[in-house]
Amino acid sequence: MSGTLCIDGITVPFSDGQTIIEAARSAGVYIPYLCHRPGYAPYGSCKLCTVKVNGRTNTACTLPAADGQTVISNSPDLQYDRQRITQMLFVEGNHFCPSCEKSGNCQLQAVAYHQNMLDNHYPHFYAQRELDASHPDILIDHDRCIFCNLCVRASKEKDGKEVFGIAGRGINKRLIVNSPSGKLKDSDISVNDEAAHVCPTGAILVKRSAYLAPIGERIYDQHPISEVACEKAAIKAGEARGYGSCDPTRLPSPSQQNGGPDSHYAATMPPAPDIKHGR
Amino acid sequence: MAAKIKIATTSLAGCFGCHMSFLDIDERLLKLADVVEFDRSPLTDIEHCGPCDIGLIEGGVCNSENVHVLREFRANCKILVAVGACAINGGLPALRNFFKLEDCLLEAYQDGIGVDNPQIPNDPELPLLLDKVRPVHEIVKIDYFMPGCPPSADVFWSYLSALIEGRDPTLPYELVHYD
Repeated sequence: MSGTLCIDGITVPFSDGQTIIEAARSAGVYIPYLCHRPGYAPYGSCKLCTVKVNGRTNTACTLPAADGQTVISNSPDLQYDRQRITQMLFVEGNHFCPSCEKSGNCQLQAVAYHQNMLDNHYPHFYAQRELDASHPDILIDHDRCIFCNLCVRASKEKDGKEVFGIAGRGINKRLIVNSPSGKLKDSDISVNDEAAHVCPTGAILVKRSAYLAPIGERIYDQHPISEVACEKAAIKAGEARGYGSCDPTRLPSPSQQNGGPDSHYAATMPPAPDIKHGR
Repeated sequence: MAAKIKIATTSLAGCFGCHMSFLDIDERLLKLADVVEFDRSPLTDIEHCGPCDIGLIEGGVCNSENVHVLREFRANCKILVAVGACAINGGLPALRNFFKLEDCLLEAYQDGIGVDNPQIPNDPELPLLLDKVRPVHEIVKIDYFMPGCPPSADVFWSYLSALIEGRDPTLPYELVHYD
């Protein structure tokens, strides 16, 4: 089945088997996500891609695209929820970007940038989590795991190994390694496995690769995640971006709402007016 | 001539890198000096801040003195801005949160390699350490957050320009950095 759906006022075509998020990406319409990855079965755990479809709340990564759907993604209330979800991910783990090797290449960080997240809002958990650096080529810093399950799915579905699993529930949830000692060195993971490279944060890192690209020249230092995600999809589909409009009430992106890269830091200082803010 | 805007700044549990970045606005400091006056800051060496329009807080909260200073800033500043990663999420000083405070003190002052005359400092003049380093928003209400480690000079300029004009500060994508 194929047809078109309407996302934030843009007419988006879809092909057989595509979910809403994949149809959107192919058309250059970015819906934030962390647990989703093209080529992987839908999982729907992070809830960042929550959208309104014909008035009902759904995750765009799990719902198949259907002809005539009206999807709202970029509304203020959904953006607010996404920012709060991202802030929860930050306070539940220990995400110190200045000391993380993945900084600049991290999808969690990039999603937070996209949502203009300037603070963590909630009290920090400072959860006690261990580092497993036992493997010669790969390390796990559990501080940064967001339980997206991508490494679990990669190991099982792509590598055919089942190295990883998620154990426990709620606050006791943790990523575990399938080996007699529970350590990565005793598992059969290899540095060439997809599971070693699929982590959207700095939780699973390949050793001796951290500074191949210097800070400031990394993916999301150069391009917003909305561009990166959609350009890859557009190139893959061999399609140019830009489709017809289906609703005149299309909403601007968060960065557009913030004024975009214009004269915010022009070298001028206005005369001192009265401060208008109060506590 | 309109009265100058009063700005106070302080560093709690931080490295002063945010202040250094602030100074990196370079010649724009002269434009700033035309419209603002500094209250408590490293430039003035004033001990307690008075009534101010804008307070800039660098660093997290790691001891009792940090709590007092932060509360004094909140009581005196119309607008309070958390500056940099340490103020926003505890940053580098918060890495001690994963150890017991007692273990940190023992390692630093008693058992650590190269420690001479080992003893835990116990002078009543010294502020008491908190069991954990906390971001400033967990102690007082914060009006704005300036991310970065440190925020770049352009971020400082963008925020101060907006606040002085009475606008909500916003950052374009290329200025938002957590590292």
